[in-house]
Amino acid sequence: MGGTVSAQEAAASLLEVRGLTKVFGTLTACDHIDLTIEKGEIHALLGENGAGKSTLVKMLFGSLEPHSGEIRWDGQPVRMTSPSVAKKLGIGMVFQHFSLFEALTAAENIALSLDDGAPIGSIAAKARALSYSYGLPLDPDSLVGDLSVGERQRIEIIRCLLQAPQLIILDEPTSVLTPQEADKLFETLERLRAEGKSILYISHRLEEVKRLCDRATVLRHGKVVGHCNPREETAASLARMMVGNEVKSAERTPITLDGAQELLSVCGLSRKPAGPFSMPLKNIWLSVKAGEILGIAGVAGNGQGELFEALSGEVQQTSADAVRIRGKDAGKLDITGRRLLGAAFVPEERLGHGAAPRMKLSENLLLSRYATDGKAFVGSGGMVKSGAVYEAAQRIVRIMDVRKSAPDPEAAALSGGNLQKFIVGRELDRQPTVMIVNQPTWGVDAGASAHIRQALIELARGGSAVLVISQDLDELFEISDAIAVMHNGELSKPIPIAEATFERIGLLMGGAAPGHVYQKLETA
Amino acid sequence: MDMTVSILLTIATAATPLLIAAIGELVVERSGVLNLGVEGMMVMGAVAGFGAGFLTGSPWIGLVAAIVVGALFSLLFAVMTLSLATNQVATGLSLTLLGLGLSGMMGTGFVGLPGERLPNLYIPVLTDLPVVGKLLFGQDPIFYISIALVFGVSWFLFKTRTGLTLRSIGDSHTSAHALGIQVIKYRYLAVMFGGACAGLAGGHLSLVYTPQWVENMTAGRGWIALALVVFSSWRPLRVLAGAYIFGAVWIGQLHAQAFGIPVPSQFLSSLPYLATIVVLVIISRNKRLTMMNTPASLGQAFVPDR
Repeated sequence: MGGTVSAQEAAASLLEVRGLTKVFGTLTACDHIDLTIEKGEIHALLGENGAGKSTLVKMLFGSLEPHSGEIRWDGQPVRMTSPSVAKKLGIGMVFQHFSLFEALTAAENIALSLDDGAPIGSIAAKARALSYSYGLPLDPDSLVGDLSVGERQRIEIIRCLLQAPQLIILDEPTSVLTPQEADKLFETLERLRAEGKSILYISHRLEEVKRLCDRATVLRHGKVVGHCNPREETAASLARMMVGNEVKSAERTPITLDGAQELLSVCGLSRKPAGPFSMPLKNIWLSVKAGEILGIAGVAGNGQGELFEALSGEVQQTSADAVRIRGKDAGKLDITGRRLLGAAFVPEERLGHGAAPRMKLSENLLLSRYATDGKAFVGSGGMVKSGAVYEAAQRIVRIMDVRKSAPDPEAAALSGGNLQKFIVGRELDRQPTVMIVNQPTWGVDAGASAHIRQALIELARGGSAVLVISQDLDELFEISDAIAVMHNGELSKPIPIAEATFERIGLLMGGAAPGHVYQKLETA
Repeated sequence: MDMTVSILLTIATAATPLLIAAIGELVVERSGVLNLGVEGMMVMGAVAGFGAGFLTGSPWIGLVAAIVVGALFSLLFAVMTLSLATNQVATGLSLTLLGLGLSGMMGTGFVGLPGERLPNLYIPVLTDLPVVGKLLFGQDPIFYISIALVFGVSWFLFKTRTGLTLRSIGDSHTSAHALGIQVIKYRYLAVMFGGACAGLAGGHLSLVYTPQWVENMTAGRGWIALALVVFSSWRPLRVLAGAYIFGAVWIGQLHAQAFGIPVPSQFLSSLPYLATIVVLVIISRNKRLTMMNTPASLGQAFVPDR
């Protein structure tokens, strides 16, 4: 670059993308994408999951190689052959799935992405100074494995800023932050824009985009379907551009729970940390009645995963009455035992937990339901009725609109969102009395999310108890009758949805009321 | 006194090949690759070292040959597991089987021949000092290399940027790739370093320990080296401790058997394994430290998507 800078080049856009295409097998993930990013703007990249956003930014950062198309940086054509090329040009990236090393310290993690070979000590000092100047305080000597997800996010951001990039790509940065932490991030981004830096911002949260971004490019099925100024749009009109038709939000009919039967109750559940990087559970009480949806909010890594394991029976309790399902002690029962009491579980991790990756959908159906639906799926002498299992799997696929490439593909062959639809559908199909779901719509696109949420509401209104653990506050506000917050392994008292506000929940998520939140709120 | 010194010297000689092979494998595993072919690479180093030493008459050329052959043999493993992404466990096991067979075939002409031995260090005055002279200044050259390797590798892993990069690859190859680190290149170099060390360890057996060629002369030492790496939680100084505990108990039980102690010889022969495991388990009972040092991506094939 450099050399002869003509007036025309000085006026060139920072980044210009023409006809960028990426093909995986038979799927065209990005189809002739055009995108320009000017200097000093925050540019939003919108689209449903599977629209090709992540693929596009990976090509911009050099992690993926495009099949065809052109990338121009400051008016000059460039080839992003590896992330180090992108970094040299001045592109920094904050990844959606963190690219941090848990066994290393924050400073070591930062050092790994800088190519200057400076000693760790001086990098730590620089990182500390920069993090405080941007209001994202960071202890460089702490071990990443010990940090909360929000703190990890800060490391990613500081690491990116230390490279002094001209363009910063943020892939869904706020999905792991409390509302207050997200506000802090927006201030930082606005400050960077004022310094003349450009930002490419990927998010599902349309309100955020409206507030922060100057321009937006919308992708659908790998194609650019429009450019707009998000400030002139409404969240609904942006959603329409992304999905291609009207998105209905789930409808929650009000319900009175007086006298309803308690179907799930947890009494004084505690659990020691399972490993050096996991959270203990401290004296958790909760109860879900027939017809009710209880939402559990919290920043990832505050014990939600541990709570789910304890509820599902993946980890059993020391006392049988710590978990009660339909009034029966279930604390010492395993997953199958709890399923036989009428409970159903959808874990957060789809591949490996929710489904066996290399097994067919029908086999995955049988694995979770052979005990509860033994009569339907297993015949005399323990022979599997494969016809009946296949039929049931196809029924779920139809009801949940699971998109797949073969009649009965391996679970791993489905995209994340489609597999999630299948797993949720598999459990709903049983009409469980107690349904416990961890991150029901994580990575699922808007249309399918609405479908899953509506199905959960209908299940509850039909007389079941539903417990939803989610990091998505919008989702919890949409479907829950009450919301409780997990922080640091403790669960707050549930707040009825009528009294819940984003601010109140956000403060609890950030641990603004330390100690046992349950009692604090009771006296307030 | 002389007795003590000679026992200590035999302990060092017994521990050195374990130590070198284990330090090499430690670097390989820190990069996230599990090479179960240590035994095979060692025995190839042993036959190459003996053969080159015997044919040229120079044990030094034998030493170089052992290292080069060990590294080249590990290259086979590297191409299979890193470029072709085969299963590391299966490939490592076949490497051992291949090494044992191939070395036996190559060495048929060498059986029973007297080999060249690497001379011990001799520094006038210093080596002649009582007790410490022999121990510190009178050992074979590979002993000094082994000690230098331990401290060199420790410094490299924990004090240099390249070492940090290597550890990061072992922790998460996907993260490392996302940052633009050339995962495969680093792993190739790590695997070949491990191969060179295993070859050198084998060379120690056929050029110092017993300067002759016997089929399968590594006698399971490669497997002990592998176990040492795990039980020392991937820390170089603990590998040093483990190798010497093993060597000491092994020599000790040989003497005990010679004295005719009324304990079943099978029990005595198992003592070195037992003692090493017990000691290393006790020093690595800090769970947190073990977690921090365990390469999280160990043994997983890495295929970068482009």
